[in-house]
Amino acid sequence: MRVMAQMAMVMNLDKCIGCHTCSVTCKQAWTNRAGTEYVWFNNVETRPGQGYPRTYEDQERWKGGWELNRRGRLKLKGGGRLKKLATIFSNPIMPSLKDYYEPWTYDYATLTDAPAQEHTPVARPKSLISGKDMKIEWSANWDDNLGGSAATAANDPVLRKISDTVKFEFEQTFMFYLPRICEHCLNPSCAASCPSGAIYKRAEDGIVLVDQDRCRGWRMCVSGCPYKKVYFNHRTGKAEKCTFCFPRIEVGLPTVCSETCVGRLRYIGLVLYDADRVLEAASTPDDHDLYEAQRSVFLDPSDPAVVREAERAGIPRDWVEAAQRSPIHALINRYKVALPLHPEYRTMPMVWYIPPLSPVVDVVRDTGEDAEDERNLFAAIEALRIPIEYLAELFTAGDVAPVDAVLRRLAAMRSYMRDLNLGREPDGSIPAAVGMSEEEMYDMYRLLALAKYDERYVIPPAHAEQAHALEELATECALDYEGGPGMGGSGPFGEGSGTPTPIAVENFAMLKDRQTSDTVAAPDRSGRVNLLNWDGKGTPQGLFPPKDEP
Amino acid sequence: MDVVLWVVVPYVCLTVFVVGHVWRYRYDKFGWTTRSSQLYEDRLLRLGSPLFHFGILAVFLGHVMGLGVPKSWTEAVGVSESVYHVLAVAVGAVAGFCTLVGMAILIYRRRTVGPVFSATTKMDKAMYLVLATVIVLGLANTVIANVFGHYDYREGVSVWFRRIFRFDLHPELMAEAPLGFQLHGLAAFGLFALWPFTRLVHVFSAPLGYLTRPYIVYRSRDDQQLGSHTPRRGWERTR
Ligand code: SF4
Ligand code: SF4
Repeated sequence: MRVMAQMAMVMNLDKCIGCHTCSVTCKQAWTNRAGTEYVWFNNVETRPGQGYPRTYEDQERWKGGWELNRRGRLKLKGGGRLKKLATIFSNPIMPSLKDYYEPWTYDYATLTDAPAQEHTPVARPKSLISGKDMKIEWSANWDDNLGGSAATAANDPVLRKISDTVKFEFEQTFMFYLPRICEHCLNPSCAASCPSGAIYKRAEDGIVLVDQDRCRGWRMCVSGCPYKKVYFNHRTGKAEKCTFCFPRIEVGLPTVCSETCVGRLRYIGLVLYDADRVLEAASTPDDHDLYEAQRSVFLDPSDPAVVREAERAGIPRDWVEAAQRSPIHALINRYKVALPLHPEYRTMPMVWYIPPLSPVVDVVRDTGEDAEDERNLFAAIEALRIPIEYLAELFTAGDVAPVDAVLRRLAAMRSYMRDLNLGREPDGSIPAAVGMSEEEMYDMYRLLALAKYDERYVIPPAHAEQAHALEELATECALDYEGGPGMGGSGPFGEGSGTPTPIAVENFAMLKDRQTSDTVAAPDRSGRVNLLNWDGKGTPQGLFPPKDEP
Repeated sequence: MDVVLWVVVPYVCLTVFVVGHVWRYRYDKFGWTTRSSQLYEDRLLRLGSPLFHFGILAVFLGHVMGLGVPKSWTEAVGVSESVYHVLAVAVGAVAGFCTLVGMAILIYRRRTVGPVFSATTKMDKAMYLVLATVIVLGLANTVIANVFGHYDYREGVSVWFRRIFRFDLHPELMAEAPLGFQLHGLAAFGLFALWPFTRLVHVFSAPLGYLTRPYIVYRSRDDQQLGSHTPRRGWERTR
């Protein structure tokens, strides 16, 4: 047994209202720079829908993740080491910008500067890639709330899987939101695909990061990740991905997306797992067994043997205690309501989801029946094959049994708690029907419905003796790096070359610039453009490419 | 004059090449990348880039053979002059041609595809110019000197080149060579001098280690270096 700790997340999809706050705050924090305009470390997809980048789940086309070879051993779906090197000059399975979308801004200045004229001036969209006028045809959430999905939903690879003949009838439709970040996988195929070995998994907390100094821009990670959560910064020529907000996690704060989530649906905590069994679990022959196999690599943090092994592996005492209180461990292993996203990619994702009961509840309510009654809900779960199969394609490689079980638990909780809330005698047979005790059911309710801040986030800070140099605290003098604060921007070899600026200092310099500059445009020099604050005046460096002569 | 061209210039360029790389690596690890533009456009790239890169790899190997291996060695293993000649011309011409066509496609793409063009730096343009000159001259030499002329570069240019590294100087060998070879040599040394300051540095990150390393890399937060920046020299943590 080799115990390792992993920082993991669970999202409760029933609560997601699709407001995109998480995406926007994440973008503000991490990807509001030139070169990452099209990048959303966090994005929220409406399902059924094509996702972002479009149809990324179609692995026959994009070839992300792992598959089993004929001898039953894991291999990269995109091809082994030799094939990777042979296609390094032009990666045939890398999505191009049109599979994401062409980012744009608006020419706001004409709204105020246009001369008097008969027609109201309009702000025309300008491409952030070429600087030219463009026609907006797609974006990261173009099919939001099923917009236009009568035409496009048929391309949804998940919908296509559950039945070739399923017609997307608007009347009998269902819909839910799926917020996605990098999964910080236990068996990350992005890292395995990186020719330079620049992507690594942090031994302490399992966060998967790209070493910007070692990345050489080979782009294999972009196609290697089945979730398409590594992005290529086209200005710096380096790969970038979700960092699990490691500077915040290190000091015990939740990630930006979780902290700002309006639905308070994200949970963060530690899980302990047995690193020696990861490979075996990821090579489970039958796709349907992958969910169970993934659950089986997690260790019970209350088991004295595990605690002893964890100590031997150098995991600090307070981390083990945090793992015992972890909401993630509870949701995955105790209440068994969280499921992994696409376990069949075999990367062992570490952001899990509680599937939404809402498609079921909505149907029951629409028929005029009591949508709080467990018998009605159980019957509907039996009857509603299409939504359930769809969820199963997402979370259990198509096996409906685990999804059924989760939805029943959620339905049971709903009915059981109604009696309690109305001051009636609670019906102990309801939890028993889904294999839970009354106490467990109440605890699950507490965690899922009340969702107190300190129960949602149990994040042990990185160690105090190291805190002095942690990124977010920045207690070191902000001046003690090349150039001092406020420097940065374009080096002599293109965007961002030269010595990198620490994140905390970069944020500090950017905020100061923004607050003290007289122009409304983003600060020059830094090459970092804050699109949300830019009002269309001026041409901040880095927003538009240099004008080319006609 | 010969001494300047065939002794001073090579040494200066090689020094810049070596020192330049060391400096660039220390100063600019973050800027050390291929600066790939595949994201903007991949139809032309899919054609041009492999053509160019595989072509130039073959050309490189050809140069290792032609410049690095003395004539006596190939003869010792029984490759006669005429066999060598035919092989060199055939392989060299094909590889050179692929490189040239690939490069033409890539330059055309760079100029005509808007986003790619705007991502082109001044250094890129200078580098393309010199690289194209070197390739065109080289290909011209292969074709002209081997098909029409009889200049045996393995007795001249190659010997001169090898001896540069032994500090055994023979500028006269180069002075006797045909003009095409002289120009190709000069342009190549110019390219070496430019090399560390362009995107060509990515050649030295050819990821051969990938073939042997384990798939998943684990790394601990470095005790000496926490946060994203390296402490300046003299300010390392003492623990
Ligand atoms: S989800 Fe994240 S960790 Fe997993 S393969 Fe993709 S980028 Fe890597
Ligand atoms: S902020 Fe929360 S509720 Fe809003 S879209 Fe993101 S995950 Fe859903």
